[in-house]
Amino acid sequence: MLKRILKLLLAPALGLIALPACAALNILACEPEWGALAQELGGDKVSVYNATNAMQDVHHIQAKPSLLARARNADMVVCTGSQLEIGWLPILLQQAGNPKIQAGQPGNFEATRYVRMLEVPSSVDRSLGDVHPGGNPHIQTDPRNIALVADALAKRLAEVDPANGAYYQGSYKAFAGRWQAALQKWEKEAAPLRGVAVVVHHKAFTYLENWLGLREVAALEPKPGVEPTSGHLAEVLAQLQRQPARMAIRGAYNDPRAAEWLAARANIPVVVVPFTVGGSERAKDLFGLYDDTVQKLLVAGSR
Amino acid sequence: MFAKKTIVSSVVLALGLPCAAQAASDADLAQIRGEIQQMRQAYEARIAGLEARLQQAEAEVKQVGGKADSAADQAREATAAAAQAAPKGGDVGAFNPGVSLILSGIYSNLSQDPAGYRITGFHLPNNVLDDIRPRRGFSLAESELGIYANIDPSFYGGLNFSIHSDDTVSAEEAFVQTTSLPQGLTLKAGRFFSGIGYLNEQHAHTWDFIDAPLAYQAFLGGQVNNDGVQLRWLAPTDLFVEVGAELGRGANFPGTDRDKNGAGAGAIFAHLGGDVGESNSWRAGLSLLTTSPQGRQWDDVDAAGAGVTNSFSGNSRLWVADAVWKWAPNGNPYSTNFKLQGEYLRRTEDGSLVFDTAGAAAPGSYAATQSGWYVQGVYQFAPYWRAGVRTERLDAGSVDYGANNVNLLRPDYAPTRNAFMVDYNPSEFSRIRLQLAQDKSRQGVIDNQVFLQYQMSLGAHGAHKF
Repeated sequence: MLKRILKLLLAPALGLIALPACAALNILACEPEWGALAQELGGDKVSVYNATNAMQDVHHIQAKPSLLARARNADMVVCTGSQLEIGWLPILLQQAGNPKIQAGQPGNFEATRYVRMLEVPSSVDRSLGDVHPGGNPHIQTDPRNIALVADALAKRLAEVDPANGAYYQGSYKAFAGRWQAALQKWEKEAAPLRGVAVVVHHKAFTYLENWLGLREVAALEPKPGVEPTSGHLAEVLAQLQRQPARMAIRGAYNDPRAAEWLAARANIPVVVVPFTVGGSERAKDLFGLYDDTVQKLLVAGSR
Repeated sequence: MFAKKTIVSSVVLALGLPCAAQAASDADLAQIRGEIQQMRQAYEARIAGLEARLQQAEAEVKQVGGKADSAADQAREATAAAAQAAPKGGDVGAFNPGVSLILSGIYSNLSQDPAGYRITGFHLPNNVLDDIRPRRGFSLAESELGIYANIDPSFYGGLNFSIHSDDTVSAEEAFVQTTSLPQGLTLKAGRFFSGIGYLNEQHAHTWDFIDAPLAYQAFLGGQVNNDGVQLRWLAPTDLFVEVGAELGRGANFPGTDRDKNGAGAGAIFAHLGGDVGESNSWRAGLSLLTTSPQGRQWDDVDAAGAGVTNSFSGNSRLWVADAVWKWAPNGNPYSTNFKLQGEYLRRTEDGSLVFDTAGAAAPGSYAATQSGWYVQGVYQFAPYWRAGVRTERLDAGSVDYGANNVNLLRPDYAPTRNAFMVDYNPSEFSRIRLQLAQDKSRQGVIDNQVFLQYQMSLGAHGAHKF
């Protein structure tokens, strides 16, 4: 009864500031790659806001006021899941007062539910570092995962916004066609990278390695999410004397110092891959993301 | 369910520029819905047909031994694997409910005996003084056990036990809240930290200094929680605009417990916030907490230098203005970041005061306006390492004891405290902190303080407020 009175009292007040209901579907994307994908599929039917940018470490984001405001107005959140956003997304969901984006609702989309997860740990213990119980969440480094997520996201968009269902399905078909063609191009170009040994900063490139057949011989972080120490870097350097690698890979958001220190001593190039859309000049969209990633790896590999 | 029609009609009324769909009559809407439903069914049937044909075609291709290129093959494999993996979801191994344990201990070296600790010019009941008084030597700092989870699709709730250094346990929080109310509304009930100010709502283990600011100690007894209800509303704007109201029992300082119907405490608060570029974010707020303490007692010294106990009954209004600014290059706080925060608290109390309740018991009026503020900055200068300074001051303001002005002193003294801290955070889950402070809360006493503290969390991965 109280609830009802409250609602009756509040409704006119809310009406004064409520936005027109016929606006585009508001999407809050946790990471830029999903924002870019939602934009590809949604076109002018959606309005996308990216919660994070390519220079940020998505493990360490705060539930800042601007994100709360966006979560409150979102019709849908499109995130990676697998606990990648565990430090901030739960707060947004709890405080947004927005039933549409709660877990289990169609407006809550987790990309990792639609791909095969790698490095799913058999046991989880914090002494192992920042390990995600659902598996390695950095699925966007393999473009084949983008294709799988695109399919699921197009269906979900149609579920959340049935009026434009046909539009989403149409743009998915067009996107999937272009993506398959691009995939073939990338795989052909990247053929020389198969079997190439690499060192990575964070264990963020498992899916990329799996896609291109790169061989990860060491990580600069002693444990996932733990900052490289001088002791560990020295160990990695010693290991590289016995088991050389061709390049050191880091994401655009990683601190450059550790990779540069190692690269200078091991005499290998550092490859700064964009990691997500916006991570480099050329990674303006999803196609540019992999164009640039493959090119940078090839340049380093041919040295 | 929420009266959608009410909202739609109020939108229409308020804006005067309704969308075509909203302007349509109910009958029209019903007809359109029916047509859409029919179209959907027709399309779904056709899509199902096409999918069946596609599957058949794929099966035939496989039988014939048609060899697709490797990428397509792998994609299909992955799809199949994903279909299997999907029901497991992303929360494998996650706790339900999420249990988190905060472990904390402290070593304190104080140049002054804390036994006579008080804040000159501010009347604090003995139980509050016991809470805020520092201890010498080794002690357990606030260790907490928290259990939180979504209850069902409509509610979230949790409980937080706090284990104090004197071996007592208290429930700091025990509340349920909605997650499914629409229009940015959230209703909370139970025991919870009041939404006033900036620090008050945050658990002590997320604070940047070991102790609460002096102004929080003087006006809120450190941190105030309440048994009651809270309604919050987030505005549908890109600028963060939040308003909230609380009604509660008001049993804790500055209120007192009572045995009455109705509410003993009320609060309202408003917060604004947003980003400036990629690198800066901010929040500012204004709050009001009102309580009506009855017989709030404290020990004092009278004009003749004798110990007395006095008692206050009346109204207490506390205003809090707060602001926080955070900077991180490109919004990436991992390596370096800076946080500047400050709060100003101003309390007005009026009512009646009984001087020397155990002796003379002389009644009189009481009116006081007192204030205080703190400003602090914390800089993370390298991964894992942060340093910060805090400066704070209280203003005893104007205090009028009415008929008892002859009996009680009104010291002209402004308590101050300055602190420096440095902490080392080997991971998100552990912190070791050193804090040096010079505390001049007591007139004529300078307490030089050294604290060394550990603070660790285990269990579910906590998500912290801004």
